[in-house]
Amino acid sequence: MIGGGIDTGTRIVGPDVDFLAIGPVLALAVAALVVILVRAILRKRGPVNQISLGVGLAGVAAAGVLLGIQWNEVRDDGTITTIAGAVRLDTFGVFLGVVVLAATAMSLFLAASYLEREELEAPEYYALMLLSAAGMLTMTTANDLIVVFVALELLSIPLYVLAAFDRRRLSSQESGIKYFVLGAFSSAVFLYGIALTYGATGTTSLTGIADFLSANTLFEQGTLLAGLALLLVGLGFKVAAVPFHMWTPDVYQGAPTPVTAFMSSATKAAGFAALLRLLGVAFPLYRTDWRPAILGLAVLSLAVGSIAAVIQTDVKRILAYSSIAHAGYILIGLQVDTARGRQASLFYLLVYAFMTVGAFAVITVATRKGDDKHSLDDYRGLALRRPVVGGLLGFFVLAQAGVPLTGGFVVKLEIFSSAVDAGEYGLAIVGVLAAVVAAFIYLRIAVALFTSPGGEAADASEDRPVDRWTAAVLAVTTAAVLFAGILPGAWLTFAKDATFL
Amino acid sequence: MARDLLDLVWLVPLLPLLGAAMLMLAGRRIGEPKAGWLATGMMGLAFLVSVVMFFALHDLPEHERAHISNVFEWLSSGGLHVEMGFLADPLSVTFILFVTGVGTLIHLFAIGYMHGDERFSRFFAYMNLFCASMLILVLGSSFLVTFLGWEGVGLCSYLLISFWFERQGAALAGKKAFITTRVGDVGFMIAMFLIFLKVGSLDYSALGAAEGLASGTTTVIALLLLLGAVGKSAQFPLHFWLPDAMEGPTPVSALIHAATMVTAGVFLVARAHPYFEVSGDAMTVVAWVGAGTALLAATVALVQPDIKRVLAYSTISQIGFMFLALGVGAYAAAIFHVVTHAFFKATLFLGAGSVIHGNRDNQDMRVMGGYRKYLPLTAGAMTIAWLAIAGVPPFSGFWSKDEILTKAFLNDEYGVWLFGLVTAALTGFYMTRLILLVFGGTITTASLAASGDTPDADAHSAASQEPSANDHAPWDPTEPTVAFGTPPRAATVDQLHPPHEAPPTMALPVLALAGLAIVGGFINIPLKGLEFLTEWLHPSFADVHEVHPESFWEGFALAGVSVVVGIVGIALAVALYRKGLAAADRDPVIERLGPMGRVFGHAYYFDAGVSRVVGGPLHRAARWLSDTADARGIDGAVNGVGTLVQRAAGGLRKTQSGLVRNYALWIVIGTAALLLFLLLYAGR
Repeated sequence: MIGGGIDTGTRIVGPDVDFLAIGPVLALAVAALVVILVRAILRKRGPVNQISLGVGLAGVAAAGVLLGIQWNEVRDDGTITTIAGAVRLDTFGVFLGVVVLAATAMSLFLAASYLEREELEAPEYYALMLLSAAGMLTMTTANDLIVVFVALELLSIPLYVLAAFDRRRLSSQESGIKYFVLGAFSSAVFLYGIALTYGATGTTSLTGIADFLSANTLFEQGTLLAGLALLLVGLGFKVAAVPFHMWTPDVYQGAPTPVTAFMSSATKAAGFAALLRLLGVAFPLYRTDWRPAILGLAVLSLAVGSIAAVIQTDVKRILAYSSIAHAGYILIGLQVDTARGRQASLFYLLVYAFMTVGAFAVITVATRKGDDKHSLDDYRGLALRRPVVGGLLGFFVLAQAGVPLTGGFVVKLEIFSSAVDAGEYGLAIVGVLAAVVAAFIYLRIAVALFTSPGGEAADASEDRPVDRWTAAVLAVTTAAVLFAGILPGAWLTFAKDATFL
Repeated sequence: MARDLLDLVWLVPLLPLLGAAMLMLAGRRIGEPKAGWLATGMMGLAFLVSVVMFFALHDLPEHERAHISNVFEWLSSGGLHVEMGFLADPLSVTFILFVTGVGTLIHLFAIGYMHGDERFSRFFAYMNLFCASMLILVLGSSFLVTFLGWEGVGLCSYLLISFWFERQGAALAGKKAFITTRVGDVGFMIAMFLIFLKVGSLDYSALGAAEGLASGTTTVIALLLLLGAVGKSAQFPLHFWLPDAMEGPTPVSALIHAATMVTAGVFLVARAHPYFEVSGDAMTVVAWVGAGTALLAATVALVQPDIKRVLAYSTISQIGFMFLALGVGAYAAAIFHVVTHAFFKATLFLGAGSVIHGNRDNQDMRVMGGYRKYLPLTAGAMTIAWLAIAGVPPFSGFWSKDEILTKAFLNDEYGVWLFGLVTAALTGFYMTRLILLVFGGTITTASLAASGDTPDADAHSAASQEPSANDHAPWDPTEPTVAFGTPPRAATVDQLHPPHEAPPTMALPVLALAGLAIVGGFINIPLKGLEFLTEWLHPSFADVHEVHPESFWEGFALAGVSVVVGIVGIALAVALYRKGLAAADRDPVIERLGPMGRVFGHAYYFDAGVSRVVGGPLHRAARWLSDTADARGIDGAVNGVGTLVQRAAGGLRKTQSGLVRNYALWIVIGTAALLLFLLLYAGR
């Protein structure tokens, strides 16, 4: 439904634009462009890396301020719909925007020292990450399938490059190619889904679809349901839900660790933003149709994510599988389709962003140059050699396992109680069982950290000190995960206020 | 104005909490003695804030004296909303006043007592945390906040009782206290679940809903709450952890017995009294648990040789008095006794600490005597506390004990009243025995008899296999408790090392508390217009019908009876112990009681019986559970699941081939499955 009215003359009148609604996106995009310009003008002269990082962080900060303004505006005055209905700014979108932006800021911090250590091109990296984040922010407020698709591409294409960014390392190249091929594949499926949905309803606007479906009864539902199925495939791919998850372990393992952190936190939040909005805004009338489908995705994700993790020996791969399982938990909140379930999913995404970025932050400093030694054996005895670093990794994996007093426990509890509230006892039981199975692998990491390595002791002189950028990320993530675990009240209220009504 | 001030009530628990946090983080750097002063200062500040709270609350009209200040929303999950809220009303403010007041003095005392301990700052961190937990407990605006403090108190008691964990006895005692009180905690928890289920709110503001519940439900809830209270307050049948808790440093004992922990149960019953009031049966149970415990514990205290054990059983007995009062609906009297008891029991404990401290850590009363010469200040303070606890007018204990007994009588609970009277007599007896054994007599009678320097040495060596040793203590100083039936410990008092008075930081708190033990009773004189405490507490118990003596003379007669009974107990003890012990291992009361003495001495063999059940059948059952049921049943199942998961994972690994075309195939399969599902199943 993009497009304004056409005047009597030849002058084309564009739709009204509420710049506040797209302000955060603009801030990030402008920052990305400035970074590229700075690089082009300065070449290698001067502190180009520092300037780029500064510009990037300034963009993130500006976007953050704008999100804050948006939150107050939207909460007090209600939803803003702009650009001819293509963008819909509500508290739900702002909430996930905050998650995306927090993850982006932390990933930029992590990259700062990582890029220097691995001698990679910093400005391009920052620009790509900012552009991807801009795509994600677009995704959180998209109210039109076309916008969703554009956002999907805007967030994905930089990610393909980022995954392959460490071009000297074969596994990084491989992960970029794999992500690209499969991502293109799923985008095509998603696009076909849009076409079918448009064919059935005559509109691509999410609210428009809902209006159409409530006003008309479809004589033949096949087209629409096929479209819905294909849309689910495209978004299921982005959130790494089984069976569209196959890329996840390979890409998470191969990509530079800060990119992995970014993908597991921000991309997941953006993917779920679109998924929640699609099902909750456009297809609430078809809930009896899509709920069993989501149930299947959730159960499969929980089962495969938890079980397959058990025999992995690479820490980044373990975390990749665990991110699949986490997608399963978030899908539970989606599946129950109650306000409480959505709230639990949002809360989960928020806390999970901190848990996963924290874990990957430790991984960036725990290993030596090269970023390819992540087997459990490499981590053996880490906590004995470096108590703080090893202890923190232990803390984050235990948080992901859902140990009480960490945020991981509270979010799981919220998800399960929302399922029980809605009478989905089976789903809650599957979730608990998956948590039990997954606890095994988390405990394995924790135990490895605290057992001394056999054979020759690792050479402590190669250990890198924790730089202040990473230290800041670790401090923030640890505090957030602990805070969410001990005093979840404030966070839950935040999630409760986030609705797309 | 007053309400604005009352909004700051969260400062009261926060101050000691801050102290604890600072000492945990930087305790070593702060070091001795600054750590102690910091902790004491925090408690002192909390006391000042409490005083301000008192006046602020007093400013409000009487029916408005209940102010809730919500600090933040703790958690909100479904129908459960828990505010981290504090309730300032006469009941809680009374508690915070004496918890912080007495707590400050005990902290001050501990600076001297813990001097030289290598974990000095850690000790004060725990002490501050202990008080903070107790303050959260009494200030909570809902059962859940109270429970938070309740568990904190349990944790801190464990940490502090086993503070000298190198001593096996201390480590065991800590565990015993923790586990025993946990039994009660389970009752408290189930009670909370039931209340939430039936009422839908755990706030104290919803206590009134008790009236609308079925009578069976309220009785069950009340009895479960009582179970929790009995555990924390060391009442029968969960009383046996308290005497062992003496293994902790003496300031800890003082804190547990006087200001925190054991009064928590009294508080809980008083706070939740609507449930008990509605269920008359529960009230009867409370009254009889209290009366029975009071009497039994007093008999046990009669014959103990260890100074701290006598005091421990005396605490159990006095708390029994408080429960007795709660059970007859005399809530104000119970709280009154809590307050006066805090004063005189803290005096007695700190005094006992001084005696032990000045006596090379020997706690055996049978070898003490004549200490009034060496410890005049302590002797004076403890004498005052003795008169108070024995119920001699006008000392504080008389007023509160008399109030309880009067109320029991006026409520027609004559059986309970009789139990209380007998207990009062026994209290007079065992406290007099304690005072006379420690401070009376001469130093040469018993103490030297035990050391083998006098002709009486034969009697001693018959009782003890150890060859008598004078200069070197033949007992293990890491096991300070003197159990009933063990031979007297060689005197450590000799002409070279007489016991000495403690430094001023230790003497001052003892004297201050003794002063309070004298005047503490005047806050509630049972005459019209002078019942300050009862009137102050009235808003908290406004729903309770109070009985009053029909005439001044009726009250006077009842008071006379209780005084006479107390005096009889004292006189009997004076007759027996006037001259101290003839020989260290010949205690006249034990000899006169015969076999009953042994039963009393071993605390009715209750502890041993529990140990035997726990160590015997229960242990075997646990072993069966772990060896058979767990190893074969549960472990087998878990291992089976483990193998299954491993196999499944192996299968999944095969799908993860690393080839993009295979991954794409899976996406196609998934897409096809979704399409088929939605079109065939859902599309119908």
